[in-house]
Amino acid sequence: MRDVYIIGVGTTKFGELWDKSLRDLATEAGLKAITDAGIYSEDVNALYGANTSAGQFIDQEHIASLIADAAGLSELGIPSIRIEAGSASGGAALHEAYLAVASGKYDTVVVGGVEKMTDVPPEEANKIVGGSLDAEWETFFGVTEASLAAMIAKRLEYEGKMKREDYAHIPVVSHKHGSMNETSHFRNSIKLEDVLKASYVAQPLTIFDCAPLSDGASAIVISSNRQLINSSENPVKIVSSEISTDYLSLHDRTSIYSLNAFKRSSKKALESAKISKEKVDVLELHDSYSIIGLLQLMELYGEKEAMNLVRNEELYWDKSRPTNTSGGLKAHGNPLGATGIYQAVEATLQLRGKAGQRQVKGAKYVLLHNMGGIGATSVSTVLGVE
Amino acid sequence: MASIVSYGSYIPRYRIKAEEIARIWGENPDNIKNGLMVYSKSVPAPDEDVLTISTEAARNAINRWGKENRKKIGAIYVGSESHPYAVKPTASILVESLGLDYNIMAADYEFACKAGTAAIQNVIGLVDSDMIEYGMAIGADTSQGAPGDALEYSASAGGTAFIIGKKGIADINKTYSFTTDTPDFWRREGEKYPSHGGRFTGEPAYFKHILTAAKKMMELMNTKPEDYDYAVFHQPNGKFPTRAAKMLGFKDSQIEEGLMTPYIGNTYSNSMMIGLSAILDKAEPGDRILAVAFGSGAGSDAFDITVNDSIKSFNRSSAPTVRKQLENPIWIDYAYYVKFRKKIIMRGD
Repeated sequence: MRDVYIIGVGTTKFGELWDKSLRDLATEAGLKAITDAGIYSEDVNALYGANTSAGQFIDQEHIASLIADAAGLSELGIPSIRIEAGSASGGAALHEAYLAVASGKYDTVVVGGVEKMTDVPPEEANKIVGGSLDAEWETFFGVTEASLAAMIAKRLEYEGKMKREDYAHIPVVSHKHGSMNETSHFRNSIKLEDVLKASYVAQPLTIFDCAPLSDGASAIVISSNRQLINSSENPVKIVSSEISTDYLSLHDRTSIYSLNAFKRSSKKALESAKISKEKVDVLELHDSYSIIGLLQLMELYGEKEAMNLVRNEELYWDKSRPTNTSGGLKAHGNPLGATGIYQAVEATLQLRGKAGQRQVKGAKYVLLHNMGGIGATSVSTVLGVE
Repeated sequence: MASIVSYGSYIPRYRIKAEEIARIWGENPDNIKNGLMVYSKSVPAPDEDVLTISTEAARNAINRWGKENRKKIGAIYVGSESHPYAVKPTASILVESLGLDYNIMAADYEFACKAGTAAIQNVIGLVDSDMIEYGMAIGADTSQGAPGDALEYSASAGGTAFIIGKKGIADINKTYSFTTDTPDFWRREGEKYPSHGGRFTGEPAYFKHILTAAKKMMELMNTKPEDYDYAVFHQPNGKFPTRAAKMLGFKDSQIEEGLMTPYIGNTYSNSMMIGLSAILDKAEPGDRILAVAFGSGAGSDAFDITVNDSIKSFNRSSAPTVRKQLENPIWIDYAYYVKFRKKIIMRGD
């Protein structure tokens, strides 16, 4: 396996981008990444595109071909492949592209993620988001992602593992970080009481516990081409990338709140990277729901330490365990297919020392976790700089 | 120059509070009150519709003008998105219910929440071109909000009528419209409740059109926000017009008088018009008013108005003011509300 580096990143702003179509977004992010890498389109050997549900959101399938065409790459005739793994599509596309470059099949690949979610009414969008669950055993009975997350929260509270305020802290951190990121969907800071008092989505979760429906696209250029890597200003190494899956339906799992796929993928990713979790300087978690964000901390650090991190407010960018410095899915936004790719963009900015106000000093390693549905797919990626 | 000769409004006396609707749907009423700035809304009685509401509002306008003058009205246009009939005009029934002359142009208008102001513009055109001496424009609605929808907190009922002629109490210096194809809110033929695009109704719809129309009007008239004594904008809730005013540079003191939605809800075609009516209840000679309506689908009608000396001798007290009609409401609970709004499926339905 060859070493693979991220040599360019690009992203659109995330949000309700009424005047931009899917192809506008994908092209904007892709061209920004290519420009950032300082390469020409002729240098690109393949495209990997992450997209979750364009067929339902905008009646458009065959996304990979569309993006290559919209970006003006059709003339090159290069392979362009769509990867779908629910809301883990971005992480999965990065994983597949990484393997393709590391194996020597391709030298330089653009990996992009895009989702256009606001062309349908919110209730329709929420139904489409539920497509990542088990249609026969979950959504058929009226279950939504939010309601599953709410059930998990209720169970954890019932078992005395946490209090409402504990997971309500996760979006407070995300919004603080989001306020410092110019591409965020939301740039407002919020207080704990705002989370607690907001309207319910699925009791006990309020709108501030749940990531929004966002439009957006992000892209990165990865390469093993030594010349391109050397001419890139701040190459960031893909140290490891691991995918794991779990039972699709929550009721089939060992417990309703286990995130075994994350536990396995993060463990393997850290082992492959030959670093301990203490070496991780920045953590980008999949905080689609506040409770799910906290659960990931529990899986990674153990219950006691996770609670200490939350209760001692150690998750901010200038504290001991910087988490979701991008603003996370909650504040930076959650355009499904783009979400996992933006995590890599944020990590690259942090590792380049270019994350501005939210920069974590001396960041060397970032652990990313991109999740499909409520944990049926987990992609853990470690990025680093020597 | 066309001028407002008289005006009158009507608000159904039944009201329901945001707390009562929130109670049924398990919502936190503070979120509605703080988020939407809607505290209560009017509810039409079971025997009230756009026709009866228009009649009440028009009678108030005629009473202020002088009943004997009503035969001079040469055109009547009624804007609404809840006309009682899909095919059969409200306007023709109003000719009868108001005792107007049969030699009259009459039609119903539809442009979501700005159908009433579109009616005003058409009457202005007829008056300015000397096709008629006086015309009446009405905006009235018994608007619909699906049970459980955010619209249920705001969709309400009310009407306002303006009589327009050459010499009146408030001169309409200019009107300007801005229109685009923006599908933010709609109701197809036969559907009971409207659909809307969630937050798409905000920035690309309401704010884009209101702000563009207001700015263009001020550009055409070479005015600034401080040149106006009052401003009134379409009010789907209390929050949107307050924010639009702030974005344009108006102070709260300029919009307070015409901000009625927090208390009576969004009366759709009547929304901006009843705000203007409330301002005229208080206005003094020389007062300048910027009024901007918005209709989903979408467009905005802006009006630059100057109140003249005739308002001093105008018989305002011959009809109840808008704020007078806020007094003595009959508060109803959700059960009465669903009965009044015919949401109960009856035998034979």
